[in-house]
Amino acid sequence: MSAPQTRIANLTDLLHAAARGRKTLLPNHPKILVGMASCGLAAGADEVYQAIREETSRLQLPYVVAPTGCIGWCSQEPLVDVRLPHKPRVTYGRMDVPKARELVRGLCDGDLKTQWAIGLLTGHDNPVTRTRIRYSQPSARVDGVPRYEDLELFRRQIRLVTRNCGVIDPADLDEYIARAGYLALHWALTGMRPEEIINEVTRSGLRGRGGAGFPTGKKWEVMRRQPAKPKYIVCNADEGDPGAYMDRAVLEGDPHSVLEGMTIGAYAMGASDGVIYVREEYPLAVKRMLEAIAQAEAAGLLGDNLFHSGFSFHIRVVKGAGAFVCGEETALITSVEGRVGEPRQRPPYPAQRGLGGKPTCINNVETWANIPVILMRGGDWYAHLGTGDSRGTKVFCLVGAVKNPTLIEVPMGITLRQIVYDIGGGIPQGRKFKAIQTGGPSGGCLPESLLDLEVDYESLTQAGAIMGSGGMIVMDSSTCMVDLARYFLTFLADESCGKCFSCRKGLQRMRQIVTRITEGLGSEGDLELIEDLGWMVRETSLCGLGQTAPNPVLSTLRYFRDEYLAHVREKRCPAKVCKELITYRIEPTLCDGCGACVRVCTSQAILGEKKKVHTIDNAKCIKCGSCLEVCQPQAVLVE
Amino acid sequence: MPRLTINGIRVEVERGTTVLEAARFLGIPIPTLCHDEGLAPYGACRLCVVEVGTPPRSKLQSACTVPAEDGLVVETHSARVDRARRLLLELYVATCPQSKRLQDLASRYGVRRVRLEPEFESCIQCGKCVRLCAEQMQAGAIDFAFRGWRRKVMSPFHPHSELCRQCGACLYICPVVELRCQGARPETTLCSGCINFSPACLEHHDHAMCFLEPCAACELAGPLRLAGPLRKGLVWEKEEPEEKGEGELL
Amino acid sequence: MSESVDIDAILGTRWERAENLIPVLQDIQSQFHYLPEGALRAVSRCFQIPFPRVFHVATFYNCFSLEPRGRHHVQVCLGTACHVRGGQRVLDKVLRELSLPASGTTSDFEFTVEPVRCLGCCALAPVMRVDQRTYGHLQQSRVPRVLKGCRQPIMATA
Repeated sequence: MSAPQTRIANLTDLLHAAARGRKTLLPNHPKILVGMASCGLAAGADEVYQAIREETSRLQLPYVVAPTGCIGWCSQEPLVDVRLPHKPRVTYGRMDVPKARELVRGLCDGDLKTQWAIGLLTGHDNPVTRTRIRYSQPSARVDGVPRYEDLELFRRQIRLVTRNCGVIDPADLDEYIARAGYLALHWALTGMRPEEIINEVTRSGLRGRGGAGFPTGKKWEVMRRQPAKPKYIVCNADEGDPGAYMDRAVLEGDPHSVLEGMTIGAYAMGASDGVIYVREEYPLAVKRMLEAIAQAEAAGLLGDNLFHSGFSFHIRVVKGAGAFVCGEETALITSVEGRVGEPRQRPPYPAQRGLGGKPTCINNVETWANIPVILMRGGDWYAHLGTGDSRGTKVFCLVGAVKNPTLIEVPMGITLRQIVYDIGGGIPQGRKFKAIQTGGPSGGCLPESLLDLEVDYESLTQAGAIMGSGGMIVMDSSTCMVDLARYFLTFLADESCGKCFSCRKGLQRMRQIVTRITEGLGSEGDLELIEDLGWMVRETSLCGLGQTAPNPVLSTLRYFRDEYLAHVREKRCPAKVCKELITYRIEPTLCDGCGACVRVCTSQAILGEKKKVHTIDNAKCIKCGSCLEVCQPQAVLVE
Repeated sequence: MPRLTINGIRVEVERGTTVLEAARFLGIPIPTLCHDEGLAPYGACRLCVVEVGTPPRSKLQSACTVPAEDGLVVETHSARVDRARRLLLELYVATCPQSKRLQDLASRYGVRRVRLEPEFESCIQCGKCVRLCAEQMQAGAIDFAFRGWRRKVMSPFHPHSELCRQCGACLYICPVVELRCQGARPETTLCSGCINFSPACLEHHDHAMCFLEPCAACELAGPLRLAGPLRKGLVWEKEEPEEKGEGELL
Repeated sequence: MSESVDIDAILGTRWERAENLIPVLQDIQSQFHYLPEGALRAVSRCFQIPFPRVFHVATFYNCFSLEPRGRHHVQVCLGTACHVRGGQRVLDKVLRELSLPASGTTSDFEFTVEPVRCLGCCALAPVMRVDQRTYGHLQQSRVPRVLKGCRQPIMATA
């Protein structure tokens, strides 16, 4: 992409760019795509990519090798997709450098190496235009490779926000346009009035996808009516919930969708400048957004007088500096202004008084990425997906104790059971489901009895959790709910800004009490005390962080009280996690004396001669679990 | 001029008045720690929380930061506010038991027990010293540092800040520095010196029936029974005895 | 007093706007691997912001460090998914390997170990980042190899 960017000023220019993009999306040569989002890179995708490039170059193959974003099969990373001309796109999972080289050599000889293939696609839907990019005939098959649409993991997914992730090269503007990118913006600027745009958004029923679920159309309308100028648009990409990476996938895999959504919103609300606030822990996302902004500006799709409409809009990226509380709207604003991230009371809301005291519309990445789809398909179409007051789709990160931890996008109203068992594949290693945590540190833990709950904003809130930004962590019997409560309280007490007394002191005390319970030092009155403090923190805290901070511990008390009581009354940890309440022991009938445990034990707590039964000296054992990891006959027991 | 309702009383105030100021104008007492007339509202101590809005959509907000607006409905002594104040003060006393100001507040609002270990910290981070130094003294010699439970007031790197002009205003304005009657080494976390009663009326109603401090009236009122829900007004009504008893009257 | 630190090159003309404070501090952190007192004082002078307030910003955010960081920055993810899959154990193992009693910097300034929440690679839990590289599916037994690999010159990555 070293050629200077062509300017795009009208529909004809867009169509030309689309034609260029089409050529690289569906080349006449074999194309190899490697999933190079952060997940892929963490699994070693970079080396795989280099190996493929080296091998194709060495064999002088005219193959196109390109990076792409999150293909959507996170547990099988690194992922490599191969598309031979007019043939289906085949996905290969758990690739490494040797396999990658062999695959390239195999393709040369017509060997598809299907033993490593995990799925095939004959095309990718384009929800913006209701068309489909066809890789092959719809009936095309490859022996032994299942079709995506036949797999439970993908069957129910409807990819609106993630429509281009894993499909395009995120650094290629033409490919984005070939997938109907910037068509919605063109339509908005040349054929719609601001009120009409906001009307579509309102009709769609879209609610803020960052967690609070505030009706987006309503926020936009409030913002539009503000007389003060200038007005600002902000994209909240400070995805701080541990266990959630939906926004990262979009920022890394389809950055232009966010820019387009923001520009449409800016036009609708009368804003002139935009800020994308990305957490600094996502360096690749920052890089992709900066690239995309530069490309869009060079193409005339961002900046002054877009599509000759007279409307101008500029976006800049602001990096976070590492503070969970800056995901809260008002703290985000103070952080952008160069100060500490201390929230303030609302009202007034940022849409009334925000950055620099001016009207500011803050929406989450996912919310913005939905806008082009809503505009092109219409709000009514979007609203026919979903349920009740929760319309459309939602991106979730299903992680933890599931067979298929991965990113998914499903219509609202699907049940938790369907997500965990059908899509997630259930609990691995024959273990039993224990709880699912939704909504991050502001959310709660739900037990098995609530698995048939439909996922929507109201149901989850009533049950004591919240929808949140989309993180869903599944837990099996190896998780201690009291330890989990302690974990969340530790996180929140650290990340609290510390300004208001309730949150700062209340969470600190709650953490101390729960920690004592995990150490076997709890007493009967502690549970009531936690509930009282939790109530007080929720009711009197100044901002959303404090107001939702007690949710994890209160929900675990509500649904897993017996576990707390076991810790308090019997000084016992049913999940065998809390260190002060467990002991490690080697079962003599299982131990084969191999000595693997002795080699990894750093506190010299294991004694035994070769081929003889080993024992653990509990006085020295620090319960690090290293021996558990290496014991083949599973003779190490935790009691 | 915004017109709002506080405890059922309609009042019209100047634009820019806070709910705290409006309530005090009406003579309704609301406890505060981080508030000072000479400083911009801060909203950190949470002690001045009041119930804003009509249930079930009401929420607790700090009165010092809520601007008076047309149609606002505020309750300063509802059961919810009372419970919040008592729990807050329980936590305050546990944090800083050696402070007379906090003990007095605890006593006034009916804190009977402190279930938390005393910490003996000397700062509640109300921010008055920092704000006074910045806003009034224009020095900014001290400020907060760190975040969350680690947050504290300090002068960076060196205990003596070269911006400090040693005016002593920070010492003057600190609300927790006054020592308790029992001195620096009190024997009990919670003082028991001053008499306090918790409002008995809250056992039957959603709102306190009066603002007497300390609340003691009902316990001595005898046959004067409470008149039912607040919407009838803050009025004591004499009730006819249900049946002829024997010498039940005062 | 503190040594004076020359930050003019980093600063440029950004002192003209208060909102540039955090990006400037981030650049200083990048270059010096921590925020020297002298640099903070220089920032306070140039931006005309009281020094204690600059200090509050410097101590509020996780990415800043007042103490010099080691040559290699080890961030062990303690996000929820990593926690339920043994992230704390990985952190404990790293600390043991480097003989650190708690998160911090080794005495030879080779490594700084810190927990982080979260790196967004939750499907590969437990996860750890060392400098620019992220490692997933970590088991305690793999930790020594990863740390050893760092001590050697880092291989070029694209």
